[in-house]
Amino acid sequence: MERGIEELSPAHGASNLGLNYPLGRAKLRLEASMGIFFFRLSFLLYGVATVGFFIYFYTLKPEALRGARGVLACGWLLHTGALLAGLKVLKAPPVANFYGAASFLAWTVVGAYFFLSYRGPKVYTLGSFLSPLILLLMIVAWRAPTALWPLPPSLKSFWFPIHALISLTSYAFFLIAAVAAVMYLLQERQVKRKRLGGLFRRLPPLESLDRVNEKCLKYGFPLLTAGIVTGALWAEEAWGSFWSWDPKETWSLILWLIYAALLHERFIVGWRGRRAAYMALLGFAVWMVSFFIINLWMPGLHSYGRWS
Amino acid sequence: MAAGLEREKILLLGLNHRTAPVEVRERFALEKRGRHPLAHLRAYLPEVEEAYYLSTCNRVEYLLVTPERERTLSGLKDFLSQETGLPRADFEPHLYLFEDLEAVRHLFRVACGLDSMVLGEPQILGQVKEAYREAAGRYRTTGPILNRLLHRTFSVAKRVRTQTGIGSYAVSVSYAAVELAKKIFGSLRGRVVLLVGAGEMAELAAQHLLAAGAQRLLVANRTLSRAVELAERYRGEALSLEELAEALLSADIVISSTGAPGFVITRELVRPLLRARKHRPLFLVDIAVPRDVEPALNELENVYVFDIDDLQQVVEENLSRRKKEALRAERLIEEEVLKFERWLQELAVYPTIKALKEKAEEIRRRELARTLPRLRNLSPEEREALEVMTEALVQKLLHAPILYLKTGYHRLGREAIGTVRRVFDLDGELEEAFRRGDLRQEGAPEWSPWEKRDSQRPR
Repeated sequence: MERGIEELSPAHGASNLGLNYPLGRAKLRLEASMGIFFFRLSFLLYGVATVGFFIYFYTLKPEALRGARGVLACGWLLHTGALLAGLKVLKAPPVANFYGAASFLAWTVVGAYFFLSYRGPKVYTLGSFLSPLILLLMIVAWRAPTALWPLPPSLKSFWFPIHALISLTSYAFFLIAAVAAVMYLLQERQVKRKRLGGLFRRLPPLESLDRVNEKCLKYGFPLLTAGIVTGALWAEEAWGSFWSWDPKETWSLILWLIYAALLHERFIVGWRGRRAAYMALLGFAVWMVSFFIINLWMPGLHSYGRWS
Repeated sequence: MAAGLEREKILLLGLNHRTAPVEVRERFALEKRGRHPLAHLRAYLPEVEEAYYLSTCNRVEYLLVTPERERTLSGLKDFLSQETGLPRADFEPHLYLFEDLEAVRHLFRVACGLDSMVLGEPQILGQVKEAYREAAGRYRTTGPILNRLLHRTFSVAKRVRTQTGIGSYAVSVSYAAVELAKKIFGSLRGRVVLLVGAGEMAELAAQHLLAAGAQRLLVANRTLSRAVELAERYRGEALSLEELAEALLSADIVISSTGAPGFVITRELVRPLLRARKHRPLFLVDIAVPRDVEPALNELENVYVFDIDDLQQVVEENLSRRKKEALRAERLIEEEVLKFERWLQELAVYPTIKALKEKAEEIRRRELARTLPRLRNLSPEEREALEVMTEALVQKLLHAPILYLKTGYHRLGREAIGTVRRVFDLDGELEEAFRRGDLRQEGAPEWSPWEKRDSQRPR
């Protein structure tokens, strides 16, 4: 990637770029390396923001929270830049490999965090629990092969980007729901056992955490449904069948059933609190299997290729 | 006379809940009997330059700025004896007196709630502000020193509130209940409070909960009349104890304080309600002894039970936290007292600088007036040049002593002012000596080199 700049030559047209690897034109190489540079910079800022969120968790000083959120927002903008650079190089959303998917997921988690901070209940210490996870996702993305692989022909479809982006966005909400669930279970323990010390004071109110769970479900579930439907449409276009019981499809269905059950119980029976938290964690565990194990280690239509 | 606070003293005389019993304190609350002391103090103590008077149920304090300490003190005690109708011997042992920086420190501590019965309680700041409004606005008894001091006090109190946790822990059982409710429900807006039994403590807690945003109050009591009375006062609904199950369907926060010997709210009563309540959280506060709420209820999902001991423990822990925070507050206050001391010193420096400049300017003008008549045929430009030159001379000569005053003051204290005042004879002591004839005429202020020259020149 770094050698690209001096090799500027008006060689091949951009049109046949898709199937040539390494990428043909130096300009595009430059853009790709810009994307990676932005990605690393945003990783750095997310790291700083995480420290800021920890400081806030310890001191509960509002300035620390404001600072951490500011840095996180800056990192997010750079991350957006990285994704746009990838988009420009590939002429498609850069989510076709594991690096792209994990990176985009981290980006949507941050986006959903800001969305919920403005639209949701006040859970000031959510960031302190969420930011290490964002960092972890970025590390996973970084450790994965970072090259922008061109798309195999089966992915060049109208439905593929829609399917991938929608599914990843729904994951972001479920991930936040799981984090809120952990916080809820911790806080519930403090209240029930009457341990009203530092942790109790730092964790948000139980109802607020439960509302985060509810909101994430409300946004995440329709997205997941749409993700599965568009996936089926794309599969029909690419392979000629809507559903082929590929492991990823199976696990996504399990995931969908879990969240469907939670949604039903929540809005019809009135489940909330501990049970909703456990369900969110169960969903998260299933998602872990479907996102990490199946994408990376199981052969199938969704394989992103093994770790190099 | 020397400048600034050379002679004025800040005196703070008062008594509080620790030094005086309530019988004495209530006699001292003069404003309650329609005779605000600031209205008469000036007539009684004419030498007092500034005054401020604070009266709360736990303390009465006079803060005075006076150049005559002894006279003011005994005058104030006479005044108090006359106004309260108590002989001096009856209240003198209860009084405390702080002077200058001690008084400043005490005022800061009072405003921050460090001297209050409930450590760190916030109402006192409002009372101090109100007292200052009375003194500054209505009776106009404050001046530059107290204005500055009280404004400093407000900002110190604010700083202590925001930079330490002195006020952030609930230290009464009813407040602790509110804080816990907030930690469960987030916002109390729209929540329904149910009182089971209509005791005083329950009413207090309900009051706090309603103030914190709770929407509706239900009161269930064995004697319905008391329930009705309480419900009317807070625009709630009264119920009999038989309707408890129904009330528990809509309630979010329950405060129970009946005198019943056994459990009033049992697991069997609540468990079947949970589904109908759609598993909304239920927060039960049991302040009755013997207990009203079966402890096993705490094991149910989304049900949280706190009894009086739990709340008491919260209060205790919070009090010890406040004590720790109070130590940090004391350090902040020490810092602020030092700052105020510095301001008081500067107050003394500035008049000296002003006097120095005035004296120099006066000499410059006098000498210029002597010189100009001797220089005939001066063009306006040349006159101007002379003016500029003399001004520059004076400025450059004064530069070092002024700098010495400003910087040397913090190191040398009042001595620096005294030195400069003596060296430049700002208080006119030398002049006085000349007039008395103690010193030879040579070097007298009116002396001018022109005279010497004129006398030597042959006529």
